[in-house]
Amino acid sequence: MDAIFLQTLNGLDKGSAYALIALGLTLIFGTLGVVNFAHGALFMIGAFCAVTMQRLLNLSFVTIDETQKDFLGNPLKVETPYVESWFGPDMGAAIINWSVPLAIFLAIPVMLIVGFVMERGLIKHFYKRPHADQILVTFGLAIVLQELVKANYGANPIPTPAPAAFSGSIDIGAALGFDPNVIIYPAWRMAYFVFSIIIIGAVFSFLQFTTFGMVVRAGMSDRETVGLLGININRRFTIMFAIAAVVAGLAGVMYAPINSPDYHMGMNFLVLSFVVVVVGGMGSLPGAVLAGFLLGVLESLASMNEVKNILPGIDQIIIYLVAIIVLLTRPRGLLGKKGVMED
Amino acid sequence: MLGLNKKDFSLFVFVTIFMALAPIIFNLFPTDSALGFFNGGYPDMMQRFAIFAIFAIGFNILFGLTGYLSFGHAAFLGVGSYAAVWMFKLLGYNIIPAIVLSIIVSGLFSVLIGWISLRRSGIYFSILTLAFAEMSFRLAYSVLTPLTNGETGLQVYNDDPQIMAGANSPDAPHLFGIKMNSASTINVGPWDFTFPVGYYVCAILMLISFYLSIRIFRSPFGLMLRAIKSNQTRMAYTGLNPRPYTLAAFVISGMYAGLAGGLLAAMDPLAGAERMQWTASGEVVIMTILGGAGTLFGPVLGAGTIKYLENVFSKMNEGLLHSWFSFLPDWLEAPVVWLISAFTGEGWHLTLGALFMVVIIFLPGGLVEGFQRIWKSTRRKTSGDDDANAKVTPAE
Repeated sequence: MDAIFLQTLNGLDKGSAYALIALGLTLIFGTLGVVNFAHGALFMIGAFCAVTMQRLLNLSFVTIDETQKDFLGNPLKVETPYVESWFGPDMGAAIINWSVPLAIFLAIPVMLIVGFVMERGLIKHFYKRPHADQILVTFGLAIVLQELVKANYGANPIPTPAPAAFSGSIDIGAALGFDPNVIIYPAWRMAYFVFSIIIIGAVFSFLQFTTFGMVVRAGMSDRETVGLLGININRRFTIMFAIAAVVAGLAGVMYAPINSPDYHMGMNFLVLSFVVVVVGGMGSLPGAVLAGFLLGVLESLASMNEVKNILPGIDQIIIYLVAIIVLLTRPRGLLGKKGVMED
Repeated sequence: MLGLNKKDFSLFVFVTIFMALAPIIFNLFPTDSALGFFNGGYPDMMQRFAIFAIFAIGFNILFGLTGYLSFGHAAFLGVGSYAAVWMFKLLGYNIIPAIVLSIIVSGLFSVLIGWISLRRSGIYFSILTLAFAEMSFRLAYSVLTPLTNGETGLQVYNDDPQIMAGANSPDAPHLFGIKMNSASTINVGPWDFTFPVGYYVCAILMLISFYLSIRIFRSPFGLMLRAIKSNQTRMAYTGLNPRPYTLAAFVISGMYAGLAGGLLAAMDPLAGAERMQWTASGEVVIMTILGGAGTLFGPVLGAGTIKYLENVFSKMNEGLLHSWFSFLPDWLEAPVVWLISAFTGEGWHLTLGALFMVVIIFLPGGLVEGFQRIWKSTRRKTSGDDDANAKVTPAE
């Protein structure tokens, strides 16, 4: 029982990443009707925003300290980050320590611009083309984006540590009445889960409770009529594309401490996110979120030794297996609407 | 001739001559000259060109004719490679049983996957094939290690049975005693031409595959496949069940991929799971579409272009670029070299991605369509009244 609970928790952080990426994919598909194979690359760019922020904050100037000598007897060169000289040593060190959460403020404008440029510059011209063309051009774009990142940041994973306050673990089991020291969970993963719940909540309430969101929802169900009512639906859909890019980017920023970002991480997540979208149901936002968490938890449960002893290798393929079964038995996915991309 | 009409026959003859003379065509420049850099006539590169041409021709039968975009074809390539290496281990290094078994095994495997995946179409089909390929890739790495040797890759060891190997048969893949990696070099003045055995074996098989694909394109069966692409529902209403036809196309293209995988193993008797990864499937998609999906010559052209450019671009390193641009003033040289080096050497995939995007955006019919457009515009200059006839759509 403890083990099952622990594995469920372990699945939540990966599930959160799947859910956030799948949510963005579904937003784009539901509004623009475009299958975006470059969405994994957006996730990857978000993670590299965290890397960039870390590097920016660590930019240092060199002063020569005459009072100290190094082992050769020369005056010691001291590197001081600019932030430390501006805000004082304590505050500066704290800012550097919190570089990953601070990277959110870098990621939001960057992802908005990337999303906007991508939609206006490229995707706009592909509305009328067949789905295969959309898949192919965004696949090409994903290759280009990931190679650009590789050219600038190298091919190796770059460690981006979480703030020191989150580096430990929480004994969740003790808080919930289990034996202490049985269910221990890394604090940052917990933070990631909470963060993703907040983002998902924000997206849903934005769509549900604002006028803008209402128009977008109306456009998703009947684009032509909304256009006939004199609303510039295309501009709103462009903004939704940028928002979907931001969601993917934020998922990437916060994921950087869990898995050191490398240029290839987007592709790995992309395949799984597509599977998630299909299981949840094309065009269904709650379906994408539900399926994201469900598959994340399932994957984690399947990697328990008890399960692996019965079905060896099941942890590697459980997600794909579920996807195949869902696609064949319930074509529109778990929560998909009837008649949306059902053939 | 050979059951082909005049146009197809001349295309086939053209491709045959090209394949026969490829060691010369790719080595256009004298070996030691400055332009010798652009030569691509290495045995390895040409052999890969022929193998990937087979792979792309097969993929084109599925995607070009029926419009079903499979993102998991590399799985069949990988299965073919494994089957071939197993034949090397059990029977010996002769490539004939290896290639036959790789075609059969990947054919059976594609019957299974196709039978399930083809229940859906459009993007769902793409994702189902992707899921199956990823599953095979992951299983090959984990549970199926006894069969695939996991991360090390399947290879031939000294204590393997090799029951058909005679006392003095070569210890590398061979065709009845002729080693695949042997080659003869002819020197003509400053030129060195290499004629590798492995390449010609692959080229002959590629020509057979190409001939078969022409016959399929022109057959009633090919017409059925095109009907599926243009309107499956209408086809069903006329009383024809599209499923057997798509399954047949899927299996044929899977067998082509298996043949390509077997030949890859014959080139280098080592099979690894990374051949099945979905990026490898993406490569054949790129080749086919770059050349021109749905056209006969497109996949060959795409495979040739990509393999040649890959070879040349990967060779360009920064030192070489500096020596090329040394005529520029210093302040200009550094940025120019920096800009170009982002696209060459390690950055070859960037060029490939950008090229692919340009083709998708501006030339949905691929390079073949590009040449047709150029051809048409030159013809229009000479005779303006030929427009009605000139509107030849690519065989799509």
